[in-house]
Amino acid sequence: MFDYQFLLEVLIGGLLSGVMYSLVAIGFVLIYKTSGVLNFAQGAMLLFAALTFVSLVERGTSFVVALAATLAVMIALGIAVERAVLRPLVNQPPITLFMATLGLSYIIEGAAQLLWGTQVHGLDIGVSDIPFDVGGVFISRFDLFAAAVAGSLVALFTLFFRYTRTGLSFRAVADDQFAALAVGLRLPRVWAAVWTAAGIVALVAGLLWGARLGVQFSLSLVVLKALPVLVLGGFDSIAGAIVGGLLIGATEKLAEVYVGPLFGGGIEAWAAYVVALALLLVRPSGLFGQKLVERV
Amino acid sequence: MTDVLLSVEALAATYNHSIRAVSDVSFSVRRGEIVALLGANGAGKSTTLQAVSTLLAAQRGQVTSGRIIFDGRDIRSATAAELVRAGVVPVLEGRHCFASLTVEENLIAGAIGRDARRSEIAADLERVYALFPQLKERRSSTAGLTSGGEQQMTAIGRALMSRPRLLVLDEPSMGLAPLVVEGIFRALKQLNTEQGLSLLVAEQNSTVALRFSDSAVVLENGRSVLAGRSAELRRREDIKTLYLGGSAQKDARPTELKPALV
Repeated sequence: MFDYQFLLEVLIGGLLSGVMYSLVAIGFVLIYKTSGVLNFAQGAMLLFAALTFVSLVERGTSFVVALAATLAVMIALGIAVERAVLRPLVNQPPITLFMATLGLSYIIEGAAQLLWGTQVHGLDIGVSDIPFDVGGVFISRFDLFAAAVAGSLVALFTLFFRYTRTGLSFRAVADDQFAALAVGLRLPRVWAAVWTAAGIVALVAGLLWGARLGVQFSLSLVVLKALPVLVLGGFDSIAGAIVGGLLIGATEKLAEVYVGPLFGGGIEAWAAYVVALALLLVRPSGLFGQKLVERV
Repeated sequence: MTDVLLSVEALAATYNHSIRAVSDVSFSVRRGEIVALLGANGAGKSTTLQAVSTLLAAQRGQVTSGRIIFDGRDIRSATAAELVRAGVVPVLEGRHCFASLTVEENLIAGAIGRDARRSEIAADLERVYALFPQLKERRSSTAGLTSGGEQQMTAIGRALMSRPRLLVLDEPSMGLAPLVVEGIFRALKQLNTEQGLSLLVAEQNSTVALRFSDSAVVLENGRSVLAGRSAELRRREDIKTLYLGGSAQKDARPTELKPALV
């Protein structure tokens, strides 16, 4: 007899871990939508944020102060990146910008190493990982917390983009960069704001992932987890990043549990890429991505 | 303070430092005047307009020589954002509305483009809605789903929200029904007569453009080959063959008409 309760448990676990993928993917989408750059440095930013926070806490700073200080650092980083990297490279082909973010990711990692050293740090954000029982299904308390944090972050961003001037400028730039330039919007400011927002996402994702895996250099590799999410959801859709993350999370866990045994297990790490590749063949712009239509 | 608001002198521009789009364009726009920029496809109208509103760089183009003077100031090195705040506001070819924003959000984006205050935005919105009542009805529709004419009105309205002194329009008639084109040019003329707004309009639809403009400049192969009062140009038979791609004849040289400059 098929154990539906177990299926449900795996599914919920998968969805909740998918939230963490979404969180990383949203950082990508924000920047991709407004500047057409695939920001490879998102993972390095995530690591940098987590490492800065944990090092401050270890040096005796209180949780709140460390959080505020890290936030300030991430905002400064966002503005610095816009000034030093994006502005001089404006109007360059996308591949040039991509290479620049690749370089940037190593510089940020190097800077993190230089500042805070290379050892692994444990990060305790005060949420225990004791699962609780909902009608026989065990749900991780930490995963639920992470999902709640991610959910409120997305809600906050949504409000920001809908009701503020900067938000309106952001949507205008994402829609039509040339028109945004023509109506007089200051693109550098919008980009700085977007990199700041991506920095905040990196901070939140960094703390959650850091608490889960420990703050170490492999943390920057969670970007690789975000790629299938982006392929699935579309590079330019926040809704796509959320749905894509959930789908990837669920697929990974379900595949591991139900398909894994056929291959002798251990398929969790690459099942997502198989799904992403298969989807790429059918829908190259992802589930929610904009199709590029060019008028001739 | 001179009578001339904008003067373009011997402008030359390229794309990617290699493709020459404009080689010698000169003309001027006086205060309160509507100037039409006429010419066939590829004559250099869009390039000239983009040079005027310093948008060439965003298209990987560059001005190689010549001067562009707006209100006594050389604007070649200004950014588009600075220029909008100075009063040179473009309405792009193909309208370029923010498709996923509502009509009203599009208009507000234009106001943000000049850092307008909230009270000013409300007043300016009413002014745009008074000019284009159709937009008021469609204010909360997604711009991408409105008709071509409504999108053109949105694009013009968005530019008006920046309180322009010189409106630079690229092919406002493109892809629109004759009646809609008529309505849009009437609205532009109304802005010109009631508020003294100066306009520079590039058009392939010469009939409409010559009817509504005060003076016109004809471009051919990246050069300004003819300039004069629109009323005079309308009477001339050879104009159509000239700017619709026919080669310039000797008697069509600007010498016998009023030259574009001075």
